[in-house]
Amino acid sequence: MLLIHCPYCDETLPESEFAYAGEAHIARPADPSATTDEEWRDYLFIRSNVKGAHYERWRHVHGCARFFNAVRDTVSDRFLTTYPAGAPRPALSDLEASE
Amino acid sequence: MSRFRVTGKGRVDHHAPVRFTFDGKSFFGLRGDTLASALLANGVHLVGRSFKYHRPRGIVTAGSEEPNALVGTSRGRGRFEPNTRATLQELRSGLVAESQNRLPSLKFDVGAINDALSPLFSAGFYYKTFMWPKGFWDKVYEPVIRAAAGLGRAPETTDPDRYASRHAHTDVLVIGAGPAGIAAALAAAKAGAKVVLAEETAEIGGALLSDPEVVIDGAKAWNWIAARAADLAESGVRVMTRTTAIGYYHQNMIGLAERLTDHLDSVPENAPRERLWRIRARHVVLAQGAIEKPLVFHGNDRPGVMLAGAAQTYLHRFGVRVGDSAAVVTSHDSAWHAAFDLQDAGTGIAVIVDTRTDVREDLVAEAERRGIRLRLGHTATGTDGRLRVSALRINPLRDGSVGNGTKVFCDCVLMCGGWTPSLHLFSHTKGTLKWDAENTAFLPDRKSEAVEIAGAGRGLWGYGAALDDGAKAGALAAEALGLSAAAPTHDVRQDRPGTGTAHEELPTDHDRGHTRAFVDFQNDVTAKDIRLAVREGMRSIEHVKRYTTTGMATDQGKLSNINGLLIASNALGKEPPKVGLTTFRPPYTPTTFGTFAGYHRGAHFEVTRKTPIDSWAAENGAVWEPVGQWRRARYFPQGSEDMDDAVARECRAVREGVGLFDASTLGKIEVTGPDAAEFMNRMYTNPWTKLAPGKLRYGVLLGEDGFIRDDGVIGRISDHRFHVTTTTGGAARVLNMMEDYLQTEWPDLDVWLTSTTEQWAVAALNGPKARTVLDGLVEGLDISNEAFPMMSVADCTVAGIPARLFRLSFTGELGYEINVPARHGRALWEALMEAGKAHGITPYGTETMHVLRAEKGFIIVGQDTDGTVTPDDAGLDWAIGKAKPDFVGKRSLARPDLVAQGRRQLVGLLTQDGKVRLDEGAQIVDDPNQPTPMKMIGHVTSSYHSATLGRSIAMAVIENGRARMGETVHVPTGKGVEAAVIASAVFYDPEGGRAKL
Ligand SMILES: [Zn+2]
Repeated sequence: MLLIHCPYCDETLPESEFAYAGEAHIARPADPSATTDEEWRDYLFIRSNVKGAHYERWRHVHGCARFFNAVRDTVSDRFLTTYPAGAPRPALSDLEASE
Repeated sequence: MSRFRVTGKGRVDHHAPVRFTFDGKSFFGLRGDTLASALLANGVHLVGRSFKYHRPRGIVTAGSEEPNALVGTSRGRGRFEPNTRATLQELRSGLVAESQNRLPSLKFDVGAINDALSPLFSAGFYYKTFMWPKGFWDKVYEPVIRAAAGLGRAPETTDPDRYASRHAHTDVLVIGAGPAGIAAALAAAKAGAKVVLAEETAEIGGALLSDPEVVIDGAKAWNWIAARAADLAESGVRVMTRTTAIGYYHQNMIGLAERLTDHLDSVPENAPRERLWRIRARHVVLAQGAIEKPLVFHGNDRPGVMLAGAAQTYLHRFGVRVGDSAAVVTSHDSAWHAAFDLQDAGTGIAVIVDTRTDVREDLVAEAERRGIRLRLGHTATGTDGRLRVSALRINPLRDGSVGNGTKVFCDCVLMCGGWTPSLHLFSHTKGTLKWDAENTAFLPDRKSEAVEIAGAGRGLWGYGAALDDGAKAGALAAEALGLSAAAPTHDVRQDRPGTGTAHEELPTDHDRGHTRAFVDFQNDVTAKDIRLAVREGMRSIEHVKRYTTTGMATDQGKLSNINGLLIASNALGKEPPKVGLTTFRPPYTPTTFGTFAGYHRGAHFEVTRKTPIDSWAAENGAVWEPVGQWRRARYFPQGSEDMDDAVARECRAVREGVGLFDASTLGKIEVTGPDAAEFMNRMYTNPWTKLAPGKLRYGVLLGEDGFIRDDGVIGRISDHRFHVTTTTGGAARVLNMMEDYLQTEWPDLDVWLTSTTEQWAVAALNGPKARTVLDGLVEGLDISNEAFPMMSVADCTVAGIPARLFRLSFTGELGYEINVPARHGRALWEALMEAGKAHGITPYGTETMHVLRAEKGFIIVGQDTDGTVTPDDAGLDWAIGKAKPDFVGKRSLARPDLVAQGRRQLVGLLTQDGKVRLDEGAQIVDDPNQPTPMKMIGHVTSSYHSATLGRSIAMAVIENGRARMGETVHVPTGKGVEAAVIASAVFYDPEGGRAKL
């Protein structure tokens, strides 16, 4: 059971309060009808599937109910940071330096 | 008392006999015994038959790593447990134990024929032996394997015991209360940390309990333990005995199984049998010690052959000699001490065989002083005896060759192949291990959690080293929490440090192709099997493991993994770390299902959601159906009706008169705010801008991939308020999806989403007489067809209850859905039943609802769709707002595969024989006589008997189905193949006039 820090509640709470919500920073195209089939396919299906630091979304579903972003190491399952939805993607070098 | 019990020795109470039975025979042990020590005290070594070859097996260890002494234990009806470790089970009065894997008796077993047939059961036998002849699998091999498979027998009744679970937080959790663990707990606690110390056995002390002559800081071992126990209590350390750490999870969460009652003579009423702890620790100290390795030689599995350290434990901790005459075979110093101690207690030492020529001088001198026959530079090559060892065959090793064998008579063989640091929990954390060639052991390397490993667990040997290292680990843990800590050192006398060497299979003069040198006792894997696996191409230890099943038994290879690895790496000609170690996974030891289930059993296993009308349904004989977490009334049988009778009657009532249905489980979401209409436009396929307040519309929700996710009728209550209904099972998913888009894609929209599923009770009134029944109950609203036509919504009161009235139809008949605050649900229902009495109002359930909607061709998302169905596939093209610039999934509807020809389309299906009901899920083919594999062109999604139509009806998805009306396809049934004609899915009232009456 992971402990996850909700950036809105500013509390570190058990995983059972949260739900995973897929890779982060994949914005829906502003005008989907203007995308090519390949661009739309990439938006729908292509994910980074990294071994290591993964930018992903979580929802504090049994708490404040808000979606937020996290960087989690997919090897160790360790959270490097969590941050509000809409905030810029933190640089990996910053995260590793702060470890 | 048996001659094997040593008066004055052990931590047992020699004045407290405890009666128990084993295989029906009555025995006495002592208070403080384990089942294993009590059996050994009675001279019983033979305790079971092995899994594959049914070879007689005896007790090998004195701990939870025991591979052989697994027995069935019971405490009366329902309280039977298979595979209890006799070495861990404390003796209790009246304990009933039985041996396993024997037929008909332990001493004579017909399954032992497998032993004679062992060439058939060599490595990979599952993959090879049973391949030929082909027809033999079903009739011969499989039944035989099934009969022979499994370890022990499964309990036959529901477990009547209670199990508990608890969460806890602590600063430092120390696992293992041997010398290192005790020192660690004290160092951390004295620095001010909150400490929990967990110990698997009944008392703290670890190996010191088996080495009472050791002197620590001037105190003899047992006095030191007693003083430290007081110290621990005074320092506020929570000591948990009989508690096994079974799993080490992320961020220092440890699962521990605490055994609460299995050791008690009688169990207090309602006391939980076991408790699962989830302890979150800021820092962990693993002090789990080391596990002794067996030596691998021909006949090393005969009862009476056991680990030297186990014999020492039986002597000192339980006051039991494991035999009268012991032959010791070792490659490590520690077994020499065991030999000396046993000799002091009266067991003759027939010989000490050490594979090394160069053994510590003090040990050799002591053995010589004691007159013990020594055979240095020797190997063991066999044992004699049937149900108990009677002799050991030993041979000299000279210049790499094995000399002639001689026999040494004995009644037990004590072996020691060195020690393996116990790093199972550390491995659970994905901490890495590095190979230590000198100790031939894997030692902890890189850590992934806040953890220290102390003592023998990281390859340190001797009590002084373990104590000092434990204290250091405890201090480090405290310092990691910001406390200032001290790590005291210890003055240890009579310490027993030692070293040794490691072997793969011991050298032998036998043909190694014919020796039975066991590596994994529990899964009956020999050294030969492992070499065979390598010869047959297995290169990684993970492959060798699966091919031979070594290390895959319930002990997870605690004794066998390193020996197996050494043999495999030798056969491969590679260094052990290049071959690798298999992965340890939780639980560390087998754990009961009850412990994992805890309180979650019976009615508490899962939430059962009940509607406000549920109690009425229960009182009126409803047959239930689970839908998601809800229980719903499926039908209401009368008299001797079966389901078909009841459903036919309920259907007729709705079609001809009036029926009442509890629709409260429908998901409901209130969408409000100035941008509510815009939000609805973006979420659902339909256009919402022009839907006037007071009107309803059927809405379809897609995923971004263009496939149907949900549907439901949506009412516009006011300009800025929508009452959305979802499928029963989809409510939470739809709200989550709405929140996701609202929060992350369109945070600029001014909209609020509120789940109102449980705030409304919903009664669906359907049938030509629905208005007649409702009319007298409604106030504040004209419900005539002209004033309140199909697809209208309005607030009013019904039977004096404030209500939100929907006029819609999921049955094809005139219909209303009356929403009232949940607390009035039952009152509303009863008022409707009362008002409808004169008109024959009939309550109906979900099964009838399904038939009625299928007669109309209305889909159920999740039954007629499966996540690969587009609106066009489902015939819902009309529900798409094509003029809208965008909605979720719109772009995908233009994806090449979604506009391609040949997609499966939802159609009706009428069997040629109207009495035949197709199976839902049945595959559909064009030509039933084509060669296999046949080309499937679709499948049946819904199938019922329609009382209204007097025949069966079905819905199906079929390639190009809508263009194939009237064509015949074929569907397998249980009995053969049924021909069916493709038809419109709207079987009843295709013009839809009845709902608009
Ligand atoms: Zn939160």
